[in-house]
Amino acid sequence: MDAAPKIRFRDAQIEMAHGAGGKASRRLVEGLFAPLLFGDRIEPLGDAAHISINGTRIAITTDSFVVKPLRFPGGSIGELAVNGTVNDLAVSGARAEALVVTYVLEAGLPTEVLEAEVRAMSKAATDAGVVISGGDTKVVEHGKADGMYISTTGIGRVIPGISISAASVRPGDKVLISGPVGDHGITVLLARGELDLEGEICSDTRSVLPLIEAMARAAGPGIHWMRDPTRGGVATSLNELARDCGLGVWLFEDAVPVRDTVRGACELLGLDPLHIANEGQFLAVLDAEYADRALDALRNTPGGHAATLIGEIREQPSGAVLGATSYGGTRVIDMLVGDPLPRIC
Amino acid sequence: MKFVDEFRDAGVIHKAADEIRRLADLGRQYRFMEVCGGHTHAIYRFGLKDILPPNIDLVHGPGCPVCVLPMGRIDDGLSIAKGPNVIFTAFGDMMRVPGREGSPLEHKARGMDVRIVYSPSDALKLAQKNPDKHVLFFAIGFETTAPSTALTLMRAKALGVTNFSVFCNHVTIIPGIRAILDSPDMRIDAFIGPGHVSTVIGCRPYEWVARNEGKPIVVSGFEPVDVLQAVVMLLRQLKAGEAKVENQYKRVVPWEGNRAALKAMAEVFELRSYFEWRGMGFISQSALRIRDTYKDWDAEHRFAVPGVRVTDPKAAQCGEVLKGVLKPVQCKLFGKECTPERPVGALMVSSEGSCAAYYNYEHRKHETLTRIGAAV
Amino acid sequence: MCLAIPAKIVELLPGEESRALVEVAGVRRHIDTGLLQDERLQLGDWVLVHVGFAMSKISEEQALDQLQTLTMLGENEAVMQEVKGYGLSDHDRKAGP
Repeated sequence: MDAAPKIRFRDAQIEMAHGAGGKASRRLVEGLFAPLLFGDRIEPLGDAAHISINGTRIAITTDSFVVKPLRFPGGSIGELAVNGTVNDLAVSGARAEALVVTYVLEAGLPTEVLEAEVRAMSKAATDAGVVISGGDTKVVEHGKADGMYISTTGIGRVIPGISISAASVRPGDKVLISGPVGDHGITVLLARGELDLEGEICSDTRSVLPLIEAMARAAGPGIHWMRDPTRGGVATSLNELARDCGLGVWLFEDAVPVRDTVRGACELLGLDPLHIANEGQFLAVLDAEYADRALDALRNTPGGHAATLIGEIREQPSGAVLGATSYGGTRVIDMLVGDPLPRIC
Repeated sequence: MKFVDEFRDAGVIHKAADEIRRLADLGRQYRFMEVCGGHTHAIYRFGLKDILPPNIDLVHGPGCPVCVLPMGRIDDGLSIAKGPNVIFTAFGDMMRVPGREGSPLEHKARGMDVRIVYSPSDALKLAQKNPDKHVLFFAIGFETTAPSTALTLMRAKALGVTNFSVFCNHVTIIPGIRAILDSPDMRIDAFIGPGHVSTVIGCRPYEWVARNEGKPIVVSGFEPVDVLQAVVMLLRQLKAGEAKVENQYKRVVPWEGNRAALKAMAEVFELRSYFEWRGMGFISQSALRIRDTYKDWDAEHRFAVPGVRVTDPKAAQCGEVLKGVLKPVQCKLFGKECTPERPVGALMVSSEGSCAAYYNYEHRKHETLTRIGAAV
Repeated sequence: MCLAIPAKIVELLPGEESRALVEVAGVRRHIDTGLLQDERLQLGDWVLVHVGFAMSKISEEQALDQLQTLTMLGENEAVMQEVKGYGLSDHDRKAGP
């Protein structure tokens, strides 16, 4: 009989920080959920779970979408709900086959708003090549749910030729990203309208499955790890990688693609693009021998033209992410603590 | 981005670094204090310590307005906001600073109306949009920020917006520098002066540092090229046996300062006879209060403020780190009881506090790079 | 206290309590120019913005001067190309020794 699971989560109440995808989120998951739900499981927690049913490897994942405002340049909550789950499966090395959806709707939500989101989900599902098979609906009182919350659970089949795990990451491996960072998070921030900032920035929400499949065809055996840098941004995902593989992740800061407008908004607000959420990008770590092949394949696939190498894996600093500039300066890039807070100092 | 990218150019940075290596006397240990938290942040963010030779030590000074704010003042501000229909507004920097019952964000989670603003004028606008509520603006910052608060108060008065008040925690930089120089364990050779404070106060206020204390001081910008050029200028002065005030940040800092900004400050504020700086004790004439002519917009006049003093735990060595006597990692609580997530003392609380900056940007690097015996 | 960003004035709003529209890398924001009322700001001027207020007018001449001093420690093509795009304007040398 196993000893009672130890709860290491000590906070007295749940704060917004616990949902921001950074350190506080991790403490909640590892300190409360994992001991009670996952028991003795020691594998690092990833974007999706792979389970065997009668010898077939199936991937399953779930995610919930809470965004204000519901619509923003480049997308809406409905598209996020489909693409987010398709992407979680894709970066775990699986092709999404079907989604089920839960809607939590706020009483008073205009039907046309709901209809627009359902249409958006339908289109996003078609575009992503996935079927929405079923779902559930709940309605809560006015004042809760910010209009609507959507939760999607996706199931899919493992893409042949990909076998990824943090344990397979080696010094010398290369880190690449599929495109520019920060678009989504900044778009939503500006769309809230509280900031009196205007810029032509739109969310990057899309399914990255076609890109990952193209990369898998060209460089499958060389793919060691993938992740979609959503809340918490690239910094958080790379920190998770560093922790899980115990090696050092070197990020070449000047190589990280950031659109000018995103950079400008970040500078104006005192935010770091590396901490901002993305909804249409993925990070991949590849064996050095396969990196060029992977990049070629991505750049020749629609939507992948901006894919670029941004770093490499080294022995040290173990478990940490180091940012290096072209002039030789280095800094430790940490995970977010909670939500990215704008600075004036 | 113009006026930014050129000052981050690798080629120019290398030139400046080469010049520093040429000028720095190998047999000498240099200790330069950057007064301002923005410089602390820039130094870490751009990894400038990796570019400087090992005999140049950058010591972090007390110019972090969040760090030097006593916890009691946060409690005071939050206690005002506990009143009915009060909206607590502050810059993002303040949101995670712990009071005795938690930080503003934690209070928000418990139901207090707490909002981040990016400008004091945002807070005023909020008051105009919410006539049935009272908007409290928790003002922090040195002289860079005080004029904006002043102008906002002038606008509030002119517009007759009565549901708005400011809880004023503006501090002034010169007494902070004086406190460093008066400290018996002080071993600073020269100062990197605060670039943005100087856009308001100009360069004259630092003349006594050079003249009376014999320390060179160079007012510097915040890009890598700026900081490195300031170091070049300090080394040149020391080599020549000089001590004077120089302006490295000429593209932005006028020698005489910004008269309109100083005028606005003088109109709205007066000096408090003394104010407590966390980790440094009471410093006279080091902070601003709102004048009687604006008392209707002064939160301390409109509300009963508890005025409780909260002392930091004895083990926290914030004061010594603030004065540059100890490095963050030498404080017994660093990285253990005191981390950015669970800050005990002042310097871990703000991202530009020396301890937080060191923790976020340096400490793991320091351990591992020392072990492997090399930099990049 | 110290985070301030250079921004270009792209629209002046007269009669509107000293407000202007500035742009940084394609992102636009309204700011208060009340602290620079003595400066006679014009379209195309660059200002340093801190907490939504313009603190100082940026001198292109001084910026160029500084970079040229630094690059005189050697030649730097890329930077020279960059600063050639500035075009010098009439600014008083107000920055002291």
